[in-house]
Amino acid sequence: MANTNKTSEKEPSVLFVAKETEPLFSKKNRALLTDPMDDNNPITVQVLGICSALAITVQLKPALVMSISVMAVMAASNVIISLLRNLIPNRIRIIVQLVVVASMVILVDQVLRAFAYDVSKELSIFIGLIITNCIVMGRLEAFALGNGVWKSFLDGIGNAAGYGFILIVVAFFRELLGSGKLFGIQVIPDAVYEMGYVNNGLMLLSPMALITVGIFIWIQRSRNRDLIEKN
Amino acid sequence: MEAYLNLFVKSIFIENMIFAYFLGMCSYLAVSKTVKTAVGLGFAVIFVLAITVPINFLLDTYLLRPGALQWLGAEYAEIDLSFLSFIMFIAVIASMVQLVEMIVEKFAPALYGALGIFLPLIAVNCAILGGSLFMQQKDFSGVSESAVYGLGSGIGWLLAIVAIASIREKITYSNVPAPLRGLGITFIITGLMALGFMSFMGIKL
Repeated sequence: MANTNKTSEKEPSVLFVAKETEPLFSKKNRALLTDPMDDNNPITVQVLGICSALAITVQLKPALVMSISVMAVMAASNVIISLLRNLIPNRIRIIVQLVVVASMVILVDQVLRAFAYDVSKELSIFIGLIITNCIVMGRLEAFALGNGVWKSFLDGIGNAAGYGFILIVVAFFRELLGSGKLFGIQVIPDAVYEMGYVNNGLMLLSPMALITVGIFIWIQRSRNRDLIEKN
Repeated sequence: MEAYLNLFVKSIFIENMIFAYFLGMCSYLAVSKTVKTAVGLGFAVIFVLAITVPINFLLDTYLLRPGALQWLGAEYAEIDLSFLSFIMFIAVIASMVQLVEMIVEKFAPALYGALGIFLPLIAVNCAILGGSLFMQQKDFSGVSESAVYGLGSGIGWLLAIVAIASIREKITYSNVPAPLRGLGITFIITGLMALGFMSFMGIKL
């Protein structure tokens, strides 16, 4: 969690007064949404939430469902913690956060079981693992505890979008190269296979997820040299 | 006995938490800069996994699973509380971590000095919750089996983090392309190590 940005400063106890004049989508608020997509990406820069990011990227569909679930959990728990931020005693804040996140995850899990049973079977324990996904706890700690409701909501959506972006990019390449499909639909025509093209079965194995993310980091950091680590 | 040994070896090598399921990657990447801290965190993980998995197994068998409440009487046999399992497991883990921290502080101050800062981190380590959730899927027959599974997964995690930490200590002397330094190369090395660990897949005990 090397670069977790500390945007949080405890605001004065006057809650919704000073901020009221700021427009809903001011420049600062838009940055909350767009920064995590690239320069402050939760996975490749802040190093949060990698656990689940890698295991479910064999195909696009579970990756998409996972991103949406994380977005719902993050937005909801960021809002709740931000509402409660002046009521939570500092010493027990971790437990409070865990309880809030766990309840949100249970909701998401039940909804998935009801409306998308086969995907929820495929994601198996990884929906439950959103609870301990560091990205959720990390943003609660670093942002929602010190910022207003609307900003925390945007921060949650933004970071979940950044997380989902990596998931979808990795899943895109793994499904395309590994099985020649996208969303389960064949995209590489049969003629190509007749010419001797073979699916790269290695892409379906878990180690390739790590290497794909490694290459992604390589590309991102050669574009943006500020992100390069010292050693 | 043979079954236990089988499960033990399987949970260390074949179903390695890091290389097969990527669980606990966050702390794996953040705390693997030096071998010493990696060993500390690894032992703390073993400790907590070996305690929480059997406890959660008992909770699951006698409280949460469909039909688990039968011991209360026939009219409770229909109740299915399994939707509560996430919140129960995480509560057990968080409180066990707190408890373990206090016990270690009281009775083994030296160990506390070594593990102290890592213990609170563990409550949010995916490997711990993952261990309990996998346990729930695996239908173990008894507490001892789940304890062996917890212990084995912990040892597998320790192996992985110590291995990557020693590689990272060495790699500081290598000439890695600048954009890959730090996080990028760690990802790729972990990928290669995971490929190596896949060779254990064929083993049948």
